[in-house]
Order: sequence, then structure tokens, then C-alpha cells
Amino acid sequence: MTAIISQAPADRPVLTPRTVLLALGLVILAVVPVIGSDYWLNSLIVPTLVMGLAGVGLNLLTGYAGLVSLGSAAFMSIGAFSTYNLILRVPALPLPVALIVAGLIAASAGVLFGLPSLRIKGFYLSASTLGAQFFFEWLFTNFHWFSNDSMSLTISAPRLAIFGHDLNSPVGRYSLVVVTTLLLLWLAHNLIDSRIGRDWMAIRDMDTAAAVAGIPVGRRKLLAYGVSSFFCGIAGALWAFCYLGTADAHAFDLDKSFQVLFIVIIGGSASILGNFLGAAFIVLTPIALDILVQALGLDGIVDHGTVSNMLRIVFGAIIILLLIKEPDGLASLIGRLARRLSARPSRGTP
Amino acid sequence: MSAPILDVQQVSLSFRGIKALTDLSFAVEKGEICALIGPNGAGKSSLLNIVNGVYRASSGRIIFDGAPFDRPTPMAAAQRGIGRTFQNNALFHRMSVLDNVLTGLTRLGRCNLLEIAFRVGRHPAERRAFRQRADEIIGFLEIGAYRDTVVGGLPYGLQKRVEMARALVASPTLLLLDEPIAGMNAEEKTELSRLIAEVNRVFGTTIVLIEHDIGVVMGLSHHVVVLDYGRKVGDGTPAEVRRNPEVIAAYLGTRH
Repeated sequence: MTAIISQAPADRPVLTPRTVLLALGLVILAVVPVIGSDYWLNSLIVPTLVMGLAGVGLNLLTGYAGLVSLGSAAFMSIGAFSTYNLILRVPALPLPVALIVAGLIAASAGVLFGLPSLRIKGFYLSASTLGAQFFFEWLFTNFHWFSNDSMSLTISAPRLAIFGHDLNSPVGRYSLVVVTTLLLLWLAHNLIDSRIGRDWMAIRDMDTAAAVAGIPVGRRKLLAYGVSSFFCGIAGALWAFCYLGTADAHAFDLDKSFQVLFIVIIGGSASILGNFLGAAFIVLTPIALDILVQALGLDGIVDHGTVSNMLRIVFGAIIILLLIKEPDGLASLIGRLARRLSARPSRGTP
Repeated sequence: MSAPILDVQQVSLSFRGIKALTDLSFAVEKGEICALIGPNGAGKSSLLNIVNGVYRASSGRIIFDGAPFDRPTPMAAAQRGIGRTFQNNALFHRMSVLDNVLTGLTRLGRCNLLEIAFRVGRHPAERRAFRQRADEIIGFLEIGAYRDTVVGGLPYGLQKRVEMARALVASPTLLLLDEPIAGMNAEEKTELSRLIAEVNRVFGTTIVLIEHDIGVVMGLSHHVVVLDYGRKVGDGTPAEVRRNPEVIAAYLGTRH
């Protein structure tokens, strides 16, 4: 018994592969704006980070709490439209506050559409968030107040500024995305590594036992919907204003929801790092395929529509292959590689 | 003599007309180990499910620690200090031993969402206290070597202990164990019986357990209640129950 207690306080050694990876990531994020071109920032890194963030949002709900959602894009659109209207109608509101309030609005919508989870389980539960997906797309298309009566029904980036610093440059937008993402990741990590995160995983693994162990199952499920939608809402605002610049409700359609879902599936459920690997895959693979087509000179031979349809098929095939080869996602692939590289004997398990 | 910790009063339970329990009454004294025995389908697990709020009795009352349950739910039972393990292990399979045990403490948590998200206020102290408490119980049940192992891969006997640790970690006054030593080999049975007796002795936890192994039951329990077809056919000390002809007929079989 003494042996057990003595090993308890030191949770982990300081220099784990995880800390190294984290430090490496931070260095890269700091160096990229200096060496990278605007194209890199705008078209590759910003969308990867933002979609990764949305993936984290869905992963909290699906990977950790075991609840399904097909409405991630709906909650993203709520975040985007809320931020737009908050900044437009309450000009005194600083950008960070607007983002947080927008996240909270998305969170309350998430809780509302999560209510059926108190009664329905599993696959059928997806109907509720699918409903949210169609409802909000309809709402933001048909009620022009949300887009400030603009003819094109679009919302465009508000003044992006924090404490007088103008962020309307590639590096400015990049910084906003990086800082927001890191902050939210820290919060996500804290939640996962707390009794709330454990409660979510317990509900995912066996909800009757969770109730008997004294976990307030219903409240935790609603909290998962709320937190997940908070993350998706802020990701939506970043997607609209830091990546697209101008967006309408159709930028957040069912396709986008599925993209977020694929990010979670490909990256690996219940893994934070996985979300960004999945997002990189979803964002970068089509671009890489595009470059490949041009490099092979196929662009001139076949017409453009055919090429882009072919790319979708190839993209889909890659996803299927990946899931067959690595059902637990890219995160587990990376984890295995890392273990092989460090080649330590595995410990603990009999 | 003090009032019983658990007083089952004329409890009946039926599923669509099929009677699982009929007019069942018995009392469990504070600090004792009470065994529920009886053939399969006698209603033992159903009774545990009523006591911790998974099922609701069709009629009758359960008085726990001097007060009845008005609207029994698993959560309410947990809050009043009833811990429980299941016949088929009900662990969280993808979580580590430590995390499984920690879930048993969640209802004692006092921090709010913001304290947890930003790791401020009461959270750091609560986190430390919870870990320390969980490690104590893990040590007590001698599963410290598996503290950080995912439970899904552990052998059945160890999983049983993890489940017991999860039920015990919040210091319940009453612990319900549904077939805690079923499916174990002789050595594992001896080990776990010893641990159950030790939990009872060291923590003073009242234990109600269901068990088929009569040898273990007779050695471990202070009090035995025998059920057959949802009725009580015997109630007393192990020695008394062993002599009761009705019990012998119903449970151990009639001699021809």
C-alpha cells in the first residue's frame, strides 16, 4: 500500500512525448507567420486549425460523451451569425467578448437540441441535431434581419480588432485563430481531465452504471451538448470571418457537418490531437490532389467538372481505405509510430 | 438494539403480472454482512435493484437509515450512501482503473464548471483530495499495480475488485454486491471473501450480498435471508438457516 501511495503524487514525468510534441507545435505556430507566405496562412493553416477546433467541439460530444450530432455546422453558423450581429448592433462590444457571447448563444441552442438525448439513445438521436442543421440554415436564409437585410444574404467580416490592434491582415487573422484555438484547447483539456470529462466517458461506456455510481447523467449529457456547441460556435465565427471573409448560411450546410464528423472519425474519437490531424487531412488532401492533377497535366485533357468529381471519388476512397487500415484514426497511428520510435518496453499491463 | 439500517417492508414487484417478489420483509442491522441466497430467478437481483432505485417496487416500502425512499432513483440512492456492484461487471471499459474509481466520487464534487475549466478556486484542492481518496481505496483492494491500466483488458476477478473500489470510494453506509465472487477460482474466491470481510471490519460498511457459493456465504455472513420464487423462506444466522427444513427443501433440495 505504501508503494502505491508513493507513486501517486508524481503524475507524469515532465518530458513526455506529449510535451515534446506540444512544444514543437507551439514553435511551429510561432515561426510560420514569419517564414510562411500569405497563401500558406490563409488557405492551408487557418482552415486546418478552425476545422480542427470544430472537430474538438464535436469530439467532446461524440468521442467523450458518446452522443451523436449531425448538426455541427448549424452550431457553427449560429456562432458566425451571432458574432456578426453582436458586433454590428453593439459596437461597443470588444471582439473577444462578442466571440464568447456568440459561443454561449450557440451553446444554448446546443442544449435545446440536446434535450431529446434525455429520452432517445444511439442512432435515432442524430435526428434531433439533423433537425437543427436544417432549421438554422432555413432561419438564416429566410429571415434577412440576421444578415442585416443584405441583398446577397451574406455576412462579411466585421472589423477584427483587439484593443485597437487591427487584425485584418493574413497574419492578424492567423494570430486570432491561433490564440483562440490554443485557449479553447486548454479549456477542452481541463474539462476532459476532470470529473466532468470522466462523467462523460462513463456515460459513453455504460450509462446505467454511471447513474448508479452517482453521476447526474441527464445534466452531463446536456452539458456536453452545450460545451460542444460553444466550441463549434466559436469555430464557426472564425471560419466565416478569418477564413471565408464573407459567408452565408449555405457555407454551413450538411456537407460541412459531415466534414466535421469525418474529422472526428479520421482523426480518432476521444483524441484532441487527432482532430487536427483529421482536419489537416480533410482540408489538405483535396488541395494536394488538385496540385497532383495539375502536375500530371490532366487539367488540359479532361474538363474541369469531371476532374473535380473524380477528385471527390478519390478523396472518398482514401477515407475508406484509411478507416479499414486504421479504424481508431490517425491519432492512434501516430501514437503507434511514436511508441515504435521511442521503443520503450511497455509497462504496467500484465 | 438500534434501528436497522435497511428495513424492507412488504415489498412486492411484478413485471406485467409476473411476480418477481411477493410481500417480502426483512431487516439488515447496521454493520452486518447479510447474504441473500436462493435459486436463480428467486428475485435476489430484483430486490437489490429496488433498494438502489433501478426498479420501483409495486408495493411496500424500503426504509434506509431511518427514512423511506419517496421517489427512488439510482442517483438518490447513491446520494444517500448506497453503493452497488453488478452481477455482470458494469465498468467503464475504455477508462483506466483510477478513472473508474474516481467516477464514484463525482457526486461529492463541489466545483462549478468555470472552476474546472480554468483550474482555479476549489478545483486543485478537490482534485488532489479525490485522487488521494481513490488511491487509498485502490490500495486497500490491492489493485494498485493496475492503477493506470484500462479496465477493459483486465481479468474478470480484478474487474470485480475495480467495481467494488468504485462503489466503496465515496464511503457508502450500505454496499450491495451482486454475486461478487461468481466465476472465480477457489483462490480468487478466498482472496475476495477476505477483502469483503475486511471492508466490513475496517470501514464498518454494512454489506448486502448475493452469492451462490454456500460455503463462502456461511463463512462470511452474519445474517442470511433465503428467497424462493420471490418469497422469503428463511431468515437468520447461517447456523439457523442451515437447520431450517423449508430452506433445505427449497434451496438445497429435498432428500429422498
